[in-house]
Amino acid sequence: MPAAIEVNAMNVVKMKNITKRFGSLVANDNIDFDLRKGEIHALLGENGAGKTTLMRILYGLYRADEGEICVNDNLVNISSPKDAIREGIGMVTQHFTLVPPLSVAENIVLGATDGFLLNPKKIRRLVTEASEKYGIAIKPEALVRNLSVGERQRVEILKALYRKAKVLIMDEPTAVLVPQEVETLFNSLNQLVSQELSVVFISHKLNEVMAICGRITVLRGGKLTGTVEHKDTSEKELAKMMVGRETFGVTRQQDKEPGEPILTIANLSFTDEQGLERLKDVSLEVRCGEVLSVAGVSGNGQSELVKILTGLKKPTSGRVVLNGRDITGSPPAVITAAGMGRTPEDRHAGVIGDLSVAENLALENLDEYKKRGMLDRKLVREHAAKLIEEYQIKATPEDHVRTLSGGNMQKVVMARALSRKPCCVLAAQPTRGLDVGATEYVRSKLLEQSDRGAGVLVVSEDLNEVMELSDRIAVMYEGRIMGIIPALEASEEKLGLMMAGVLEKDETKIL
Amino acid sequence: MLKLRIEKAPAPAWVRSVIPLFAILVTFIITLVFIVWVRVNPLHTYYYFLVAPFTSTVSMIELLVKATPLFLTGAAVAFAFRSGYYNIGAEGQLMAGAIMGAWLGVMLKGSTPWVALPVMIVGGFIGGVLWALIPALLRVKLKVDEVVTTLLMNSVIVYLVSYLLNGPWRDPISMWPQSPDIASSAMFFILLPRSRLHFGFILGMITIAVIWFVINRSGFGLKMRAAGSNATAARFAGVDIEKTILTTALVSGGIAGLAGVGEIAGVHFHLIQGFSSNLGYTGIVVATLGALNPLGVGIAALFMGLIETGSLTVSRALGVPVYLGQVVQATLMLVTLGMFILTGYRLKREG
Repeated sequence: MPAAIEVNAMNVVKMKNITKRFGSLVANDNIDFDLRKGEIHALLGENGAGKTTLMRILYGLYRADEGEICVNDNLVNISSPKDAIREGIGMVTQHFTLVPPLSVAENIVLGATDGFLLNPKKIRRLVTEASEKYGIAIKPEALVRNLSVGERQRVEILKALYRKAKVLIMDEPTAVLVPQEVETLFNSLNQLVSQELSVVFISHKLNEVMAICGRITVLRGGKLTGTVEHKDTSEKELAKMMVGRETFGVTRQQDKEPGEPILTIANLSFTDEQGLERLKDVSLEVRCGEVLSVAGVSGNGQSELVKILTGLKKPTSGRVVLNGRDITGSPPAVITAAGMGRTPEDRHAGVIGDLSVAENLALENLDEYKKRGMLDRKLVREHAAKLIEEYQIKATPEDHVRTLSGGNMQKVVMARALSRKPCCVLAAQPTRGLDVGATEYVRSKLLEQSDRGAGVLVVSEDLNEVMELSDRIAVMYEGRIMGIIPALEASEEKLGLMMAGVLEKDETKIL
Repeated sequence: MLKLRIEKAPAPAWVRSVIPLFAILVTFIITLVFIVWVRVNPLHTYYYFLVAPFTSTVSMIELLVKATPLFLTGAAVAFAFRSGYYNIGAEGQLMAGAIMGAWLGVMLKGSTPWVALPVMIVGGFIGGVLWALIPALLRVKLKVDEVVTTLLMNSVIVYLVSYLLNGPWRDPISMWPQSPDIASSAMFFILLPRSRLHFGFILGMITIAVIWFVINRSGFGLKMRAAGSNATAARFAGVDIEKTILTTALVSGGIAGLAGVGEIAGVHFHLIQGFSSNLGYTGIVVATLGALNPLGVGIAALFMGLIETGSLTVSRALGVPVYLGQVVQATLMLVTLGMFILTGYRLKREG
């Protein structure tokens, strides 16, 4: 038997000194986490803070490199979701694992039936009983494919409970829901904890966390910031804990004469395929020689804004004008030709791993390298060699981009976007996942562009980055611009509150 | 206890290029079962399969004859696959090219070969393009899966051929379900006297060289490869994916159509039922075996020609069914495909 560790009768789950590394990245650094019976415990943090990793370890999807897990004060070894389910742990992720053509009841009992034969009446009865017991309203005979997202989520929850889960991990459950569904979800969760179940609520939305959770554990950059009681804290304090306390050396805030507007975004709205309104009347103006950042917690419409500005999506309404040309809904080729240098949110969606560095660098303006339809390979290679030197990319023109590190891949993306001296630069999450050196490099290149007189629009979730780079900062929340403030007036506290949707620009003056 | 776990981890690029060779080795080990079953000496079998075809000029030429249509169907399939368009319809597009060839061949009576040959080639190409058009448009405009549509188009054209042969094109004298012979000027000339090796062989070689050049050296080829390997990133970089795929799909159909016209003008000289013997489908095997690389396709087509010739030789020499050759072919395809998929993973010891 393993040595007994600290015993606390109230804890259903206790995770001690959990460390998980992915290569050189430490996703969880010596984290302690405990969950009491009958509580909703929030796991709060920015994207990439390590929340989901920690819970995936608990659910057996990852194995911790170090640390131990106790369930009901017994040291357990969880190496697969099967083990986790046996220990009474269930997880509901954003990506549902339901079979659309099957009924709700069939989905719930799937894999948890005994014997070979299915008795439709019996499973419907069992599922109805479970539904009544936990107060989660579902229709057992409905087909999953006809259900709304909120209803599907309820099925997922019931599915976990049907497997005798005493601990329910909810991974950003509200990200896919409309406001009314969020309310229903919160009611269900409250009812569950009144029946002595425990819930881990992973989120990065302060208001939700404050609305429903008893205790809140905050992670930042893979490290534990602290665990606080709901009654002892406030959204302001949580925002601070989440984004960090360090002050940033803001290096470049000389009073610059703002230039002429180069990119004008007017009343942009976008409704996605599911009918969710992702962008609501967004208006922004980027001027020559300035850096305007769009900050916000991920999933608040930034992706959609970037996709529209790069030409991958068409807005439902509104206009985008670049350098006097209307580029609303134009394809990528037209937008680049109009003078936009673009880097995508996900660099793997911007470069093609199976093609060489040289080919990737030439792809955006192929016409310049064509001689009677044939590629001028010498020109392509020379162009690549020049950019490789200029941007210090560690690769040869012939290397497949797949073999490059994240930083070098991003440099390829940047080199391609900036090589034609664009009048406006759109940099989406420009340093996500990069090491310190590459991050500094990318940021200096962006500043270089604004010094050159180009308008630079940065979309980033990294507050540090936003404050270091920008002249002005726009904050997005639920598809709207909460406000635009000059970087000099910004503090991470103020930004954090705006990002959480608590504070609008006008109120910031009071602070 | 030793626990193994499968992990995603792509093998280095050179591994992919030696896979066909290993696949051949594994295939022979697997097919040993069948060879022993029909009670023949495996070594004799392999000798007749792989070596005997090279011992006489006649069988070597026959190997090239068998490979001729496969150059074209293999090239057609590989070309489409490279841009991420999974054209399973080379069989149907080949028949469309053959119908055009059989029709033009008759219409060209009295013309000189200088006129007839280009007309036949262009006509066959257009036939294939037309048959590829509907699935390609459905894919590009409505995102309908081309694997399904191109496959179904294959079935449709079988009945179109049947209708033509039993209806308007039926030979008026013999009343056989076959079309009238094409004009002698429209026939593909023979490359070697007293053999069946015709101009289609050269056409196949040229096609392979051209698509190699287009894929690897042209701007369009770069767009194709970009679209085929990461459509999201290609679209981001400004590649018009729809236009690229549509063009590739139609050219692929056209190349398959060339194979069809070659079968009419070089082998049969009229349209008959079942003239293709699955050349289009074998093209998929050839393209896969050749790792979608035009030069690989050329080698794979020759290899398929060898196996087809070899299976005939084996059955003649050892008295085993011809089907043995088909079993080898099918096994080879499965093994190769399996190996290509497995290169994306590795086994890792756990614990």
